[in-house]
Amino acid sequence: MLFLTCLHCGLRSVEEFRYAEIPTVPETMTDPQAIDLDRGFFRTNREGEVTERWFHEFGCRRWITVRRDTRSDSILK
Amino acid sequence: MNEFVESKVRLRWPEELRSSYDVVIVGGGGHGLATAYYLATRHGITNVAVLERGYIGSGNSGRNTTVIRANYGVPEAVRFYQHSLELYQRLEDETGRWIMHKEKGLLWIAHTEMGLRAERARAALNQAYGSDTVFIGPEEIKAICPQIDLSGGGRYPVLGASYHPRGATARHDRVVWSLAEGAMRGGVEVHQRTRVIGLQVDADRILGVETDRGFIGAGTVLLALGGQVSTIAAMAGLRLPIRTHPLQAFVTNHYQQGLDAIVASTELLFYASQTARGEILIGAEIDRQPSYSYRSSYGFLSSCAGRALVLLPFLADLKVLRQWTGVCDMSPDYSPVMGPTDVQGLLVTTGWGTWGFKAIPAGGEAMAALIATGVVPSLIAPFGLDRFVNDRTLSDRGSAGTQ
Repeated sequence: MLFLTCLHCGLRSVEEFRYAEIPTVPETMTDPQAIDLDRGFFRTNREGEVTERWFHEFGCRRWITVRRDTRSDSILK
Repeated sequence: MNEFVESKVRLRWPEELRSSYDVVIVGGGGHGLATAYYLATRHGITNVAVLERGYIGSGNSGRNTTVIRANYGVPEAVRFYQHSLELYQRLEDETGRWIMHKEKGLLWIAHTEMGLRAERARAALNQAYGSDTVFIGPEEIKAICPQIDLSGGGRYPVLGASYHPRGATARHDRVVWSLAEGAMRGGVEVHQRTRVIGLQVDADRILGVETDRGFIGAGTVLLALGGQVSTIAAMAGLRLPIRTHPLQAFVTNHYQQGLDAIVASTELLFYASQTARGEILIGAEIDRQPSYSYRSSYGFLSSCAGRALVLLPFLADLKVLRQWTGVCDMSPDYSPVMGPTDVQGLLVTTGWGTWGFKAIPAGGEAMAALIATGVVPSLIAPFGLDRFVNDRTLSDRGSAGTQ
């Protein structure tokens, strides 16, 4: 089971949290319409380290920022 | 036909990689092998290599829950999956191999007013577009599947269901092997333990693939892999509308045959069927966070088993035998993505999320036709990558996995 360390509540099961992605658009993209389209539908879907937000829905109801390796689901410092 | 009298599947593995092929298919799962199979059998294109990093069917083709059905929620999808269902019905005759295809009928149960509306709408839409789905009440449900507790444990009363009599299952390994054998018989080369580490593109045209066994030139490259498709597409500078999520499933110990229908519930978030070996196979929704991890979780097991027990109380007597995880490529509108990309000669078939197995024959047939003729078949034209640019998305949460 995946556990996340909430800044306020300590180590908690992932079931208490809601996932939220931080959308990233490639820096080379400059056309505003292309950026909108990319943000709406396209994903980096990175295989490796990602930074993301989690909402502690069934806990303190505050947001935390987490770095995670998507290959192993290990949480990074 | 019987498993013990049937002659062994004859797979002829090639030794050496050639320096180039007309078509290179990345991914030796159901979709890649079906494409190769139809290229060889329908179009006579045999200078084809299928590259698989592990062994064939070792990815999501070997991890899915093997349901074949066509009761989807948008017209384009109903048409596509209905065609796939019909191809599956003929696949044993066509390949001469027993894929353990068995029609069971699928019950999609509704427990609320909203669920009733959804299932009625599903039945009406399916009938309008040529798929056999009817709306039925609790008594008929009980007659089809006596194991269902109509009171739903008091909390999830069974109010009705859409019944899809053509719903079926097949043995996933056998589907993969029969397609591989058919493709190989036609002259296609299938290379296992061959990992793609790069794509070579020149001026928006694909030149070939870089593998851990050397470079292979190719006129056409099809990305038919599950899981790593975003990573591989990025090697050609492509961004895909795909997020990869784990999906877990589990089976119970072997049990006397008796759960004849496939039972699904959107509101209880699970589906169950009985395998030929007698295990009850139970699956559910995807994990919330995108991930490539194949690790299973106890949290999923306990919550999903609890939900399954509400509708099928007899499961309480069984034990969990095995649990596993696959990874699902999910598109933003929950429909697959098939067709050409911005790179000439590079095609993609992905977004197979939680409906890839049932689409294997139709997806393979359509991609083979696209490769052979250069024209996108009308059956899959709505599923192109351009639908996101053209504002023609096909929002269809047509699976218990997407709720």
